[in-house]
Parts: sequence; structure tokens; C-alpha cells
Amino acid sequence: MTNSQLTPGIVPGRLPAESYVRNFSDHAPPLDRHEAQVAADRCYFCHDAPCITACPTSIDIPLFIRQIATGTPDAAARTIWDQNILGGMCARVCPTETLCEQACVRETAEGKPVEIGRLQRFATDHAMAGPHPYSRASLTGKRVAVVGAGPAGLACAHRLAMRGHDVVVLERREKPGGLNEYGIASYKAVGDFAQAEVDWLLAIGGIEIRSGVELGRDVTLEALRADYDAVFLGLGLAGVNALNAAGEDLPGVQDAVDFIAGLRQQPDRAAIPVGRDVVVIGGGMTAVDAAVQARLLGAENVSIVYRRGQDRMSASDYEQEHAQNAGVRIICNAAPVAIHGNGALREVEFAYTVEGAGGLSQTGETFRLKADQLFKAIGQKLGALPDGLSRDGSKIAAETGLAGVWAGGDCTGGGEDLTVTAVAQGRDAAEAIHASLMG
Amino acid sequence: MANLTTDFIGIKSPNPFWLASAPPTDKEYNVRRAFEAGWGGVVWKTLGSEGPPVVNVNGPRYGAVWGADRRLLGLNNIELITDRPLEVNLREIKQVKRDWPDRALVISLMVPCDEESWKDILARIEDTGADGVELNFGCPHGMSERGMGAAVGQVPEYIEMVTRWVKQYSRMPCIVKLTPNIADIRKPAEAAKSGGADAVSLINTINSITAVNLDTFSPEPMIDGKGAHGGYCGPAVKPIALNMVAEIARSAETRGLPISGIGGVTTWRDAAEFMALGAGNVQVCTAAMTYGFKVVQEMISGLSQYMDEKGMTSTADLVGRAVPNVTDWQFLNLNYVAKAKIDQDACIKCGRCYAACEDTSHQAIWMHPGRVFEVNDAECVACNLCVNVCPVENCITMEPMAKGATDPRTGQVVSDYANWTTHPNNPMAKAAE
Ligand SMILES: Cc1cc2nc3c(=O)[nH]c(=O)nc-3n(C[C@H](O)[C@H](O)[C@H](O)COP(=O)(O)OP(=O)(O)OC[C@H]3O[C@@H](n4cnc5c(N)ncnc54)[C@H](O)[C@@H]3O)c2cc1C
Ligand SMILES: Cc1cc2nc3c(=O)[nH]c(=O)nc-3n(C[C@H](O)[C@H](O)[C@H](O)COP(=O)(O)O)c2cc1C
Ligand code: SF4
Repeated sequence: MTNSQLTPGIVPGRLPAESYVRNFSDHAPPLDRHEAQVAADRCYFCHDAPCITACPTSIDIPLFIRQIATGTPDAAARTIWDQNILGGMCARVCPTETLCEQACVRETAEGKPVEIGRLQRFATDHAMAGPHPYSRASLTGKRVAVVGAGPAGLACAHRLAMRGHDVVVLERREKPGGLNEYGIASYKAVGDFAQAEVDWLLAIGGIEIRSGVELGRDVTLEALRADYDAVFLGLGLAGVNALNAAGEDLPGVQDAVDFIAGLRQQPDRAAIPVGRDVVVIGGGMTAVDAAVQARLLGAENVSIVYRRGQDRMSASDYEQEHAQNAGVRIICNAAPVAIHGNGALREVEFAYTVEGAGGLSQTGETFRLKADQLFKAIGQKLGALPDGLSRDGSKIAAETGLAGVWAGGDCTGGGEDLTVTAVAQGRDAAEAIHASLMG
Repeated sequence: MANLTTDFIGIKSPNPFWLASAPPTDKEYNVRRAFEAGWGGVVWKTLGSEGPPVVNVNGPRYGAVWGADRRLLGLNNIELITDRPLEVNLREIKQVKRDWPDRALVISLMVPCDEESWKDILARIEDTGADGVELNFGCPHGMSERGMGAAVGQVPEYIEMVTRWVKQYSRMPCIVKLTPNIADIRKPAEAAKSGGADAVSLINTINSITAVNLDTFSPEPMIDGKGAHGGYCGPAVKPIALNMVAEIARSAETRGLPISGIGGVTTWRDAAEFMALGAGNVQVCTAAMTYGFKVVQEMISGLSQYMDEKGMTSTADLVGRAVPNVTDWQFLNLNYVAKAKIDQDACIKCGRCYAACEDTSHQAIWMHPGRVFEVNDAECVACNLCVNVCPVENCITMEPMAKGATDPRTGQVVSDYANWTTHPNNPMAKAAE
């Protein structure tokens, strides 16, 4: 091997082979039976439990944990999937520290919540080894088009199929899964879990996935509305916000989501080039995932730079700590003003900021960070949209304004941009479509 | 999904999980919410005679025993039968049954031990639409001092007499609820059967004092410095109840008499165990009082999953399955030889098995350097104590020895079934020869 952590530029193979295996192994390994038993025993089976309220899909958490405690993990999985058909992925990727586990009464009592996420994984992993547990209601003869095979689209498609409708999912990418396949940090969903879960979900039948088909390019919304009884849009956020800083087009400057997508699709991590000095601009989960994975690929220095105070970062405390444990430096109150380089990226220049009554302003003082690679993670936005859809701020309104067209997931407002929120919205849209079709 | 529908002495319910006669079934509000939560049936809180209702204490009526993490293991109470007027209860029963025709609704009764009192109460409940009656011969406190409840339940002749009256004056199926505060549970069951009972239910609560306050020197729960014994129930009483159910299920005199199993049912597994030992359904009180009505959902999902896995399509497939395997000690196979085995990968090296075996059993566990614990087969009598004290489930297992192998402890070859009745050390066995 010729490259090391100290090799300048953006190069692959910075680490010995075994380091990649270790770095990209399961970030939170599954509980074994004994651990699950002990963890499940801690649940108090609260009345009108706060964890249920805190879960966007309202999984009956005390019930499923009790089912684990009494030795019926498959029944537990049913309880989970009844509300959240992607409960397996959510168990891996939900920021439980800001959702169910934050609400756990044992968090109040002992500062140590019941490990809901890991127990959810225990149950779903167990039951996914068996047959798909849902069957379809008698067929209605209705056909629904779902655009986007991300969590929102898949949850919608599954619920529709269960209600007896036939579903065609149009997906512009090669593989289904949306950001489960192209976005989620690789150490959160090891072993190609995203595709395994899609395959498992499709086993209900009645769902056809057509990949490589893009709404707007290959088919119009008008045509879908004419050909199908209903349309669901689960488009996610195809666009990426720009920095609007000089030098943004230099080689070495890249959208964090593209870097992550490339990483997810390259099983040989040693083949993935990464900089020696990496700078990530942003304050959310995407920034953390890009930064951490850059470190895991062998970057020597990785910094996240966020323009506001640390308490304003949308990455949770847990995520921030995770980044810091991985050796990522978090710099706050600094905004990029220029990207320097001559042919290739060399340095990024930042101005310190203060947040006052009038919003964010720069203090005038600047500093530079050495960088051969820069990831932009300052938020995603909607891609090109068909005409006629109502807006809710920068997103599609949940009431799309077009008869027979529903929308959910990241492309709509309401709730945080999380896998679990997308699942809830896809599921609820399916029920609304079902109600409207069956009148 | 397995069909959990149950037909218990002609009373149908969508599942075998009934709420026992107790506070959860004391009034319409509770019972409606219980049915909404999924309970298959209820036995209404015990009704007394017409007239001024009984009164309860106005201080604490419950005491408790907890396990680790303050898990409630045993509950004791000094509550009496319903303290609400009879007419109110009867009106509510009628309304609930009308609105929930598919659920079982049984009325529990306890009136003074004379024919007129029983005739009178049976006439009054006649038109409620209830599915049956349960005779509360079990309550161990308060009522027994008045010649009712356990006072009747401890005298088999009274049980038979009252049951006969009930069968004479009512067309309803009749369940006799038994008190465990008696030396031989088969006797009251036989009496109930002779009196014409359609079924027995058991157990009611066990005489108990849960704790003593060491500052005021009074038993708990304490009422103004004093305490009285109460009735114990909850997970702690399950083993006692299971044995009593099994005794009735396997006794020649009472075999086949339908049983409603009660006592510590908390999960699907508890219910399945009662049913395997011969209970046609189960009744629950403490689990609902501890966790709320919703707890039945786990019982339903768990039992149906279990039945599916076992290929059982109806609860009748489960009921009584374990009864043939309940036997007397003298018939146990003395040539069945097992040895404890410690799974070194699962072992967390706490040493509890060692302390238990070394100090109180057979010195059959070695403690090697590095806290490695290993069973010495030459000493192990397979008592199971290490298995029971190990904090890790399935870390220590009992491995039966194959026939033909030599037991390193006794030097004897493991051979065919032979029990105490033919054992050379048994003086009776010799006498029989
Ligand atoms: C890097 C990163 C990490 C994340 N980590 C987490 C995490 O740990 N936990 C968590 O809960 N959330 C996380 N999220 C957020 C989460 O992934 C999203 O909220 C979720 O995937 C939204 O689901 P969706 O179905 O709305 O959209 P997407 O997952 O984006 O799926 C939309 C799908 O629609 C397809 N599509 C788009 N336009 C068209 C078109 N015109 N025609 C056809 N198909 C189209 C896309 O190709 C895509 O497959 C992360 C996001 C990112 C970017
Ligand atoms: C507070 C309380 C009151 C009870 N009252 C009655 C009663 O009125 N009639 C009756 O037959 N049993 C009564 N019981 C006994 C229960 O019906 C049941 O037999 C017993 O609690 C065992 O079941 P468990 O372990 O599920 O609680 C009462 C139990 C409790 C805890
Ligand atoms: S449960 Fe508590 S609040 Fe309710 S009646 Fe009993 S003592 Fe009072």
C-alpha cells in the first residue's frame, strides 16, 4: 500500500485493509437474547406511554417490549410493523435520543432510558428471518402510482397493497430505498440491510417497482393522473443548497450527499478516495455522517464548521458526541466566505459570526482551514416539480391541491426530515387514498 | 392465527382471558373499558345480599412484596366484597351484557349460608342476562368472620349444600370458587362436584401478612396502628395455584371437572401453563391492577403465537396437555441421570453457582484460575440449584446422560426406567416381593 493518512490530496487506500472492516462494522451491534431480556425487563409498561407519543409512527412500544420480555419477539415485530413497516431500518437510524428514548420515564428517573431502538432491532431482526407476516385484503382492482421508492413511497405502497390495491412504484434511481440506500451512514445499516428490507417488504405482493423512471423526464404527472386511480409523491429532496461562496466550483468541493451516496454504493471502502484535510460545512445529520465517514476512510483532519452556535446544530448531542469521538473537530459560529485554491482546493476561509436580534452577522474577523476536500451539507431542497402543486413554504403542501394526488416524506412540510417521519406520512397517505378510493 | 375462542361450561368468549372478581370488575365503567381493551370475559366483583352493603376500611387496603427494580411480585388486600348497592350492580350488569353480548359475564355471589338467602339472590340476578354465577367461597378476610367466604369454603359439606341450592334455584352454569387456605384442595372440589357444580375456579387469595412496620410495630397495610391478615395474590402465588389446579385435574374423583385457573397470571405463558394443567380458561386480577387493562394484548398475541408454533388450532388442543405428566414422586424415574453443564461463552463469571453448590449442595463445581467455573460430573447430583441461581438464562443447562453411559458419580450404568416402588432401599418394595 502506498498511501497513508498523511498522503496529500484526495486518494484511496489510506488505511490498512483491516481498519476498513473495523471502521465500517455495525455501529450499534445487535442485542443478544440475554441482553434483550435484561433491557426489556426495564420497561415499566407505562400508561398512555410518553414514548408512543414521541414516536412519529406511534409504535406501541410498551406492548412490543412486553412481548419481547415474554419470549415472543415475532409478536413484538408485528406490533412494530403494524405502525411502521420499516421498523427494522428505523431501529437502526432513528435518533432515538431525541424521540422515544428521550421521552422514556427512566430517562427522567435515572438518566438511562430503556433501549427502545435496540430492542426494536432485536424483534424485527428476529422476525425478518421468517416469512413476510402481512397478506393482502381482497383485491379492489384500483391502481395507484407511487413516485419515489424512499421510505415514504415504500410505506405508502405497502399499506396500499395490504388494503388490496395494486401499486406501481416509479423510481429514478437504479435501486429502491431512497436515502435508506443512498444516504444513511453505512455503519448504521450494515450488511446491505436496506435492500434486504425492501425485498422483505415487497414480499406482500401487488407492488411493482419500475426503476430508472423519472417523473418529469420519462413520465408526466398528468399522464399518471390519467392512468392511475391515485398518485402518491414521495420525491424526497433532490436538490442541494449552494454555499454561494467564491471558489465553490473548484475540484475537491462536493455535495456531502453525493459523497455519501458514492460511499454507500462502493462496498470496497479502500477504493474510495478521501482528502487528508477535510472540511464539512453544515450542522445536521448529513454533515456529521460525511465527516465521520471521511475520518473512517482515513482522513487525517476533519472539521465540521457550522455558522451558528453549537446548541443550534440540528445534529443531536448524541450525534455530535459521536462525531467528536470519531476525531472530528466541531467549529461553531463561523461562516464560509471564500474557497481558495489554484487548480485544486487548498484552503477554506471563514468569518466568525455572532447571532443577535437582527439575525446572524459576521464579526469581520476571519480564519482559514487547510483543506483538500470540502463537503457541503447545508441542506437539501426540492428538485424540479410538476406544475400545479400547492406549496407549504419551500416544500410541497400535504394537501397537494391536485385531485387524486397525495404527497409525503421529505418533499412535504410537517415533521422533521427523518426516515420515521417519512414512513408515518407515507402510511397515512395510503390510508387517505384508500378511504378516498373506497369512498 | 390460532383461534382463541373458548367455550367454558357453555359460556363462550373470544379468548380465555377473563378478569377475576375483584376491583377491576367492580363497576360498569371498569368492565366496559376492560372489554374495549380486549378481555374475553369478566367475573363481576362479588355481590352480597340485598340490604345495606358492606363497608371497607378508609385507609390502605393493599400491601405488597417487590422484586428487583420494584417489580410487584405479590399483593395482599383486606378489601371486602362489593360495597355498592345491589340494585346498582344489577342494573349495570344488565346494561353491559346487553352491549357486549359476545363477552362472558359471570356474577360472583357471597351471601349468608342459609337456603333463603341463596334463593333470594338467585332470583334477583335471574334477568340480568349474565352467563353464569361464581360462588365466592374463598375470601379469607372480613367475610369469613361473618360465616361467609372462606368460612364456607373450608367446610366441604357447606360447599356441597350451597352448590346444591344454587343448582336447584337457578338455571345458570355454576362455578365454585375455591379458597387455597385449606390442607387438601381436592376435598372442596369434590364437594362442589357432588353438589352439582359445573366447574371450579381457583385460587382465591392466601392468608398473609406482607410486612411489618418496624417503627410502629404493626403489620402492613396499617390502619391506625393496627393491621389484619389479608389475601395474597399476584405472581408470587402462581406456583401454589398451579399445583392446586393440577391436583384437581388429575384426581380420580374430580378428573374432567372444568377448571377456571386463577392466581398470578401475568403473561401468556402463565395462562398457557394453567391451561396445560387442565384449566379451560384463566382469570386475572393482580396483573390488571399492576399494569392496566391493556396487559391482555400481550396475553392474546403471545398465546396465539405459541399455539400457531405448536400447530394448535383451538384452546381445547392445549387444555390438559400436561396433566398426564403430573405424577407422584414415587413414580419418577430414578434411572434418569443428568449433569449440569456451564456454557463458558455465556458465563459472566459471577460465581453464584459456585457459592450455591459449594456452600449448600454437593461441592460439584470447580473454580479454576481466572474465575472459570466448571462442573465436576463425579460429584454433580443434578439438583438444578446452580441453574436456578445463575443470572444468565440458559447459561447452565441440565444435560441428561444417554442410556448405557456410566455415571461418574455412582459408577453405575444409566439403565431403563425404574422408580422407588421397586427400589431395593424401599422397605415397602421388599415387602411387596
Ligand atoms: C446523509 C443523510 C443521512 C441521514 N441519516 C438519517 C438518519 O440517521 N436517521 C433518520 O431518521 N434520517 C436520516 N436522514 C433523513 C432520511 O434519510 C430522510 O428523511 C428520508 O429518507 C426521507 O424519505 P423520503 O421517502 O421522503 O425521501 P427519500 O429517501 O429521499 O426518497 C425519495 C425517492 O424518490 C426518488 N425520486 C425523487 N424524484 C423523483 C422523480 N422525479 N421521479 C422518480 N423518482 C424520484 C429518489 O430517487 C428517492 O429514491 C438522512 C438523510 C441524509 C441525506
Ligand atoms: C383487592 C382484591 C379484591 C378481591 N375481591 C374479590 C372478590 O370480591 N371476590 C372474589 O371472588 N375474589 C376476590 N379477589 C380475588 C381475585 O379474584 C383472585 O382470585 C386473586 O386475586 C388471585 O388472582 P391474581 O393473582 O391474578 O390476582 C380479590 C382480589 C383482590 C386483589
Ligand atoms: S390508587 Fe391512589 S389515588 Fe387512587 S384511590 Fe387508591 S390511594 Fe387514592
